Amino acid sequence: MYKLWACLIKDFKLITRDRVGLSLMFLMPILLVIVITALQAGTFKIVNENKVPLLIYNDDNASISILLENTLEKIGIFKIIETTKNFDNTNIAAKMKETEALVAIVIPKNFSTQVQHKVANFTKNTLHEFGLNTDSINQSNDTLFNILTLYYHPVLQESYRKNLLNAIRSAVQVVESKQIISSIYTSINESEMPDSILNNFATQQLSISEIPVSRDGSQVIPNASQHNVPAWTIFAMFFIITSLGSSIVKEKISGSSIRLKTLPTNFLITLFSKQVTYLFVAMCQVVVIFAIGVFFFPSIGLPRLNIPSDIVGLIIVSLLSGWCAVSYALVVGVFAQTQEQANGFGAISVVLLAAFGGILVPSFAMPESFSFFLKISPMYWSLESFYGLFLEGGKFSDIINNIIPLLGITLFLQLLALIGLKKNNLI
Amino acid sequence: MSNIAVNIEKLNFKYQGQVSDTLSDIHLKIEEGASIGLFGPNGAGKTTLLHLMTGILKNNQGNITLFGKKVGTNYKETNSLFGLVPQDFSFYQELSPIENLQFFGAFYGLSKQQIYNRTNELLEVLGLTEVRNKSVIKFSGGMKRKVNLAIGIIHQPKIIFLDEPTVGVDIQSRYSIIKYLKKLNNEGATLVYTSHQLNEAEEICDKIALINDGKIIAYEKISQLLSQHQETSLENLFLKLAKNSLVHV
Repeated sequence: MYKLWACLIKDFKLITRDRVGLSLMFLMPILLVIVITALQAGTFKIVNENKVPLLIYNDDNASISILLENTLEKIGIFKIIETTKNFDNTNIAAKMKETEALVAIVIPKNFSTQVQHKVANFTKNTLHEFGLNTDSINQSNDTLFNILTLYYHPVLQESYRKNLLNAIRSAVQVVESKQIISSIYTSINESEMPDSILNNFATQQLSISEIPVSRDGSQVIPNASQHNVPAWTIFAMFFIITSLGSSIVKEKISGSSIRLKTLPTNFLITLFSKQVTYLFVAMCQVVVIFAIGVFFFPSIGLPRLNIPSDIVGLIIVSLLSGWCAVSYALVVGVFAQTQEQANGFGAISVVLLAAFGGILVPSFAMPESFSFFLKISPMYWSLESFYGLFLEGGKFSDIINNIIPLLGITLFLQLLALIGLKKNNLI
Repeated sequence: MSNIAVNIEKLNFKYQGQVSDTLSDIHLKIEEGASIGLFGPNGAGKTTLLHLMTGILKNNQGNITLFGKKVGTNYKETNSLFGLVPQDFSFYQELSPIENLQFFGAFYGLSKQQIYNRTNELLEVLGLTEVRNKSVIKFSGGMKRKVNLAIGIIHQPKIIFLDEPTVGVDIQSRYSIIKYLKKLNNEGATLVYTSHQLNEAEEICDKIALINDGKIIAYEKISQLLSQHQETSLENLFLKLAKNSLVHV
């Protein structure tokens, strides 16, 4: 026992004197978790609270195009910056830059006329179908394809751009529907439709309530902290590789490992000690990063991290994830020949595992062809376990299916490390 | 009759993937309390032989025993018998001498009190008391060699294997290391020593084993070897025996 104690003391002293390793293990992930959560929370705000600056070139300026402008404003996601009448597509880029608009819409000169024409045809055809109008139907195939043009800043990602496009489409649809209803009303009643009916049409939309699915029945809406803090904590634990991997290589290169082999003590004690030491570091990372999420985030305007109710489950998942991270670092350290190899391969492989494991990109958004890599990334199983507790409000028993593969990968890594040590003649 | 500290019989060894033997047909008997020098050019097999004697490498053929105990069978028993002072600084340079000695002392199976006593004694004898709490990384080459030596002998082993313990050190450090090794030898420790420094052999060694091309080409007392071959210096003798092989001395 004294040997293990002496070894633990030695390993703790070595870690506390490795300032670069410590900063990589603590400062870097803390910065990452703050920055990424702030960015995601900011994006959420941009989408949900901040309005998207929209520049409108209205060359039509007739009633329907003005109605469209108003509807776009009423949707609530756009901030109409400026309505310009003289459209010149050569200056649109400069104008967008000048006004910091991310999106611009050009409403052409004959927009209202075209909509009216389309609505009149539609009304006539519909009434004819109902047998209310005996006039001959107009078979002309009038279309409004692409009469509106959307300009967008290239910085807008495709998914976000499509969201904006859908919003604009729904505004156009509202305008069209209003015109159609009004037209049908006028045709039937031979009088103008009262504004109250039109307003009712606009306000009485079907509501959709959003409810996050959770195992514990709570309806707490997950926020950027619930998503990011567990994810980047896992990343931080795996980044232990930069310290542990190079520490093992250093021992091999300096000959300390060889000397240890000549001592009347089992080499596995040193291996066990290293794992205990770094597992302790991993648990410190968990405590520090979670504490930042709980106590520091609210003070900088970020959503507070809510700790799951199953604390025992959380401790088990954290310990197992930490052990898996330590095992991975051990394997890289045992097989690497130089510190550069351990650091370079270690860091790159951790980023790749994070990408495959759903830390950088959500796993549901990954192509089918990546599903194999997803399943072999320990970070995936670790993240799924944490999300089971943090997002779904599950208990340990609910995430056991994610724990088993994580444990399996960890044991496999331990076996690989032992094979490597045997190959290097160290055990 | 004195005890045999190291007994090597019919030893052959080659590294994995190599065609020819690194060491072939090695027979060597080292008596308890003796001080033996293994000398030879670079790549002759000195360090390999030392690693085989300490169980770091496993021999392909032959038998090695330390005080009658076969190397590579019961590591707890055999590894307590010897101390290794490797050529590299095989310790933790981020730690201080005292921290290194505490850790390695524990791994040699010493008690807390024994470690305390031996650490103080070794730091005093080797002139490291003043820097006992400083990180070794800041030390000169000579001081690091002393720490390397102290770790290898903290458990007062019966045999000390020294792989070029004075390489790259200044005259003063070299003198103090040699002086201390002689003291240990006088107190009964068996020394097995490799070096390129043939002049050191005359200071420390009773006998020398000259190794060339993986074979022991001579193993005698220095005076006997010189008179047998009518040479006045070990350098000339070695060049003669190694048939003008490239010798780095």
